[in-house]
Amino acid sequence: MTQIELTVNGEKRSDEVEPRLLLVHYLRELLGLRAANVGCDTTSCGACTVLLDGKSVKSCTVLAVQASGHEVTTAEGLAVGGELHPVQAAFRQQHGLQCGFCTPGMVMATVGLLAENPHPTEAEVREGLEGNLCRCTGYHNIVRAVLAAAQAQAGQVTGEQVTA
Amino acid sequence: MIPAKFDYVAAESAGHAIELLAEHGDDAKVLAGGHSLLPMMKLRLATPELLIDIGGLDELAGVSVDGPDLVVGATTRHADLAASELARAEAPLLAYAASQVGDPQIRHRGTIGGSLSHADPAADLPMALVALGGTVVVEGQAGTRTVGADDFFLGYFETVLAPDELVTAVRVPRRPGVPWGYQKFVRRANDWAIVGVAALDGRIALANMGPTPLRAAAAENALAAGASAADAAELAADGTSPGEDLHADREYRRHLARILTRRALEHETA
Ligand SMILES: Cc1cc2nc3c(=O)[nH]c(=O)nc-3n(C[C@H](O)[C@H](O)[C@H](O)COP(=O)(O)OP(=O)(O)OC[C@H]3O[C@@H](n4cnc5c(N)ncnc54)[C@H](O)[C@@H]3O)c2cc1C
Ligand code: FES
Ligand code: FES
Repeated sequence: MTQIELTVNGEKRSDEVEPRLLLVHYLRELLGLRAANVGCDTTSCGACTVLLDGKSVKSCTVLAVQASGHEVTTAEGLAVGGELHPVQAAFRQQHGLQCGFCTPGMVMATVGLLAENPHPTEAEVREGLEGNLCRCTGYHNIVRAVLAAAQAQAGQVTGEQVTA
Repeated sequence: MIPAKFDYVAAESAGHAIELLAEHGDDAKVLAGGHSLLPMMKLRLATPELLIDIGGLDELAGVSVDGPDLVVGATTRHADLAASELARAEAPLLAYAASQVGDPQIRHRGTIGGSLSHADPAADLPMALVALGGTVVVEGQAGTRTVGADDFFLGYFETVLAPDELVTAVRVPRRPGVPWGYQKFVRRANDWAIVGVAALDGRIALANMGPTPLRAAAAENALAAGASAADAAELAADGTSPGEDLHADREYRRHLARILTRRALEHETA
């Protein structure tokens, strides 16, 4: 067993884990955070995407021990005070989900993408989500949701600047 | 899928990792980004008893310039290499190759040292290293040595690395402003090249046309003798005997090598 210390959704954690425990299983089974799904289990589908120090990663291919000393964010950690994160709100408004299985991964990949590129073109959105598959093939609305989220976030920033 | 049991050590330094490798030999494996090793361990194709994690070693990460070379630390992640202003200016082919690996999530984890050590002939960075004529800096208990790109890869997933050796850095000649081309033919998102070609200044490297990244020697010789890009590209598959799979049989791969070489020589990227 190995001791790990990390921050999950802003909360400090210290846990004893087997080195072979995958991050996605740590999140789902030890912490009960079940937004990240296991789809393919082979680093292809992106359903297990979470943020590690703000960058999107596939948690089926990261060991929990590798996350020690780092910050993990899951979809559960996005909403603040019961208010949806702009990316979550945009997915809802733009109907960016059907069955919802890929959605937590899509949302986390989008949060990561917009942190790196706040004003993506449609082509950049499609390339930026290359690592996320939607078996319901709802890609058009997903792309629309990402573009809407980018706009909403830009609006927020300008809003703050205006009031500042 | 759950890997078999193993012990885990987060290395404190490159020297510490080398000591542990020397002590544990074949039972130990270095863990960098884990994006080749962990999938293999989950399938139990690899069952190391000890993982030595170098992924957190800052001393091994980063992009810098040293005289005529661009130096990339072994644990530099693909995304950081792709975004490095220095790499994009001094060795744009290398930065571009990093941007073509897998998908954003994979690029946030995978490292250049891991990619070269894994030695998948279909991979992007090994082909880029060969096209650039770079060298791999290798450290072991016996000291440091540098191995040229053409000598580093021995076969499918096989390199000259001894069990107690660590790749610490990659050096490529600085080639700012020199035209280059990069072609990666894929049919699925986030996949390896069915065939890849990287070309720069008379050197042509091929991915997935044999057990290692290869030089297209006949085409290079023709270029040196003054042949046009189109004529030289006709020779790109000469002397190769690529493998066959679901995506492509041997003849189709050879066809792709010729077409993609012409495009690469015309400095196209895709
Ligand atoms: C779904 C998927 C798609 C992918 N698509 C592509 C693609 O399109 N193109 C591409 O090029 N790659 C692709 N990859 C592979 C990816 O680039 C990996 O990141 C890379 O091959 C391995 O780097 P790593 O740091 O993750 O190495 P690890 O998995 O940590 O290690 C790989 C091997 O190298 C050894 N090793 C690692 N670092 C060192 C070192 N410094 N010294 C000595 N030995 C070391 C390890 O012991 C292990 O044997 C893909 C991977 C996945 C999972
Ligand atoms: S479950 Fe991790 S990528 Fe599909
Ligand atoms: S909404 Fe069903 S998999 Fe994407």
